[in-house]
Amino acid sequence: MTRRTPLNEAHRALGARMVDFAGWDMPVQYSSVIAEHEAVRNSVGLFDVSHMGEVEFAGPGALETVNGLISNDLARIADGQAVYAGLLNEQGGFVDDVVAYRFSPERILICVNASNRDKDFAWMKAHARGVAPVDRGDEYAQIAVQGPKAAGLVQRLTKTDTSKIGTYRFAEGEVAGVRCIISRTGYTGEDGFELYCAPDGAVALWNALLDAGQQDGVKPCGLGCRDSLRTEMKYALYGNDIDDTHTALEAGLGWIVKLDKAAFIGKDALVAQKAAGVKRKLVGLELTGAGIPRHGYPILKEGVRVGEVTSGTMGPSVKKPIGIGYVPTELAAEGSTFDVEIRGRAVPAVVVKTPFLKKP
Amino acid sequence: MSNIPENLKYTSDHEWARIEGNKAVVGITDHAQNTLGDVVYVELPKVGRKVAKGEAFGTVESVKAVSELFSPLSGTITKINEELTGEPELLNTDTYSDGWIIEIELSDTKELAELLDAAAYAKLLQNG
Repeated sequence: MTRRTPLNEAHRALGARMVDFAGWDMPVQYSSVIAEHEAVRNSVGLFDVSHMGEVEFAGPGALETVNGLISNDLARIADGQAVYAGLLNEQGGFVDDVVAYRFSPERILICVNASNRDKDFAWMKAHARGVAPVDRGDEYAQIAVQGPKAAGLVQRLTKTDTSKIGTYRFAEGEVAGVRCIISRTGYTGEDGFELYCAPDGAVALWNALLDAGQQDGVKPCGLGCRDSLRTEMKYALYGNDIDDTHTALEAGLGWIVKLDKAAFIGKDALVAQKAAGVKRKLVGLELTGAGIPRHGYPILKEGVRVGEVTSGTMGPSVKKPIGIGYVPTELAAEGSTFDVEIRGRAVPAVVVKTPFLKKP
Repeated sequence: MSNIPENLKYTSDHEWARIEGNKAVVGITDHAQNTLGDVVYVELPKVGRKVAKGEAFGTVESVKAVSELFSPLSGTITKINEELTGEPELLNTDTYSDGWIIEIELSDTKELAELLDAAAYAKLLQNG
C-alpha cells in the first residue's frame, strides 16, 4: 500500500510527476529538475519531506539513552541544537544517518530516513538502554524551505526571529499561523529551514509559503533536484553512498563519530578500524571523458575493478559529470586517476576536492 | 498532451522516424523527452554502423535517468546529429526537428509497414 503525505493532493494540483519512493507516493518533479535545482541555488524552493520519520525519546535519561545509540555526541551541544549522526551497527556500518534534535536532556527527537523508518524504530527499540523510543512519524509533516531567499521568506511568515536560529539550531514557533519546529537544517547545501508541523497544518503552511514566496520566484521542488543538489555537495544518501556494509570512517563521516565519548554501538569496531587503517574511502570524482557516472558503475584501475560509483549525475550547477564512489585508500587522493566503466566503455575520471560546488 | 505530428512514423519504444525516400531520420518523441525530463547527455553511434530494427544504438541521459535508444528500422547509419553533443537539451526543446538523432539508409523498406502512424501511437499512449 503506497503511503501519501498530507500534501499529496497539493502536489497533483501543481502538476507534479509522482513516483513511488520507499513506499511513498512522492513528487519527482513539477516543471523540470534543472529549473527546480536552480531555484534552490538562486532563490528558494519547497520540498515536501513529510515521508521522513520521527522518533522521540522523552523522560529522565533520554540524552544518555540516545547517546548510546548514535555516533555523534548530544552532550556537546546545547538545548535547541541538532546534530547529524549515524545509527551504526556493531561493525561500524550504517543502520541509518539521522538528525537528532536536543530539546532538553529529557527530550530528544530523531529524524530518520523514510526508507528506514520501520527498521530504525525496531533497531532503537531493541538497543535502547533506558528510555524507550516512541514512533512519532505520523504526528509530523515536514516542509523543507531551501535557498538563499529561504530565510527572508520564512521570516515574513513568523514572529520568531529567525536570525537568532543559527545553522543546526532550531526553535518552536508559528509559521503562517501553523505551530512548527523551525530548524535551520537541510540537504541542499543552501541556507534554509526544515519546518515540522502537525499533518493537518501542512497544506496551509505549504500554500502560505508558495504565496508569500511568489516575489522570490519560489518553486515547489521534487525528489529529482533534491538528489542533484545533495550530490553536488557530496552529502551521502542512505542506500547509495552509505549502508550497513560501509563504515562511517570509510564514508568520510569521521566528523560525526565521536570516539572519545562513552560507549555507543559500533564504537569498538571503528576504534579498531582507525588503528588498523581505513582500506577504502568514499571520494568525489569528475569524469574527464564523455558520459555520466551512475550508481553501480564499476571503477577501474588499469582495467581491474577496484570500486564502484555510489551516486552520480550531471551537476546542474557545476555543469560537469560528477560522481561519488568507494575506491581503495591508496587511490583516494585528490588528482588520482582511474576509469569509470559506462556500458562497456572505460571513461577516464579523476578524484576531485568536494563539495563539487564551490561557494563564492 | 503529447505532440504527435501526423507526418511521422512511431515505435512503441517512443522513437519517431521521418521517411525520406530510402532513408529515415530518427529521434525520440515528445512523450519520451517529457518522461525523461532534462536531457543532459546523448551517446551517439558512429556513422557507417549497421543497425537492426529494435537494436540499441545509443543512450539518452537526463539528470536522473539513463534510457536506451532503439532503432525503428534496419539499415546503415549515414548521419548523426553532432549538435546534440554540445546541446543535448535540443531533445527537450525541439525533439521533432533540431533534436533529430540519426539518419539511417534503409536495408528493408518492408519494415516500414510495421511502424505506427500518429493515430496508432496516440492510442498507445492513451492506453498507457
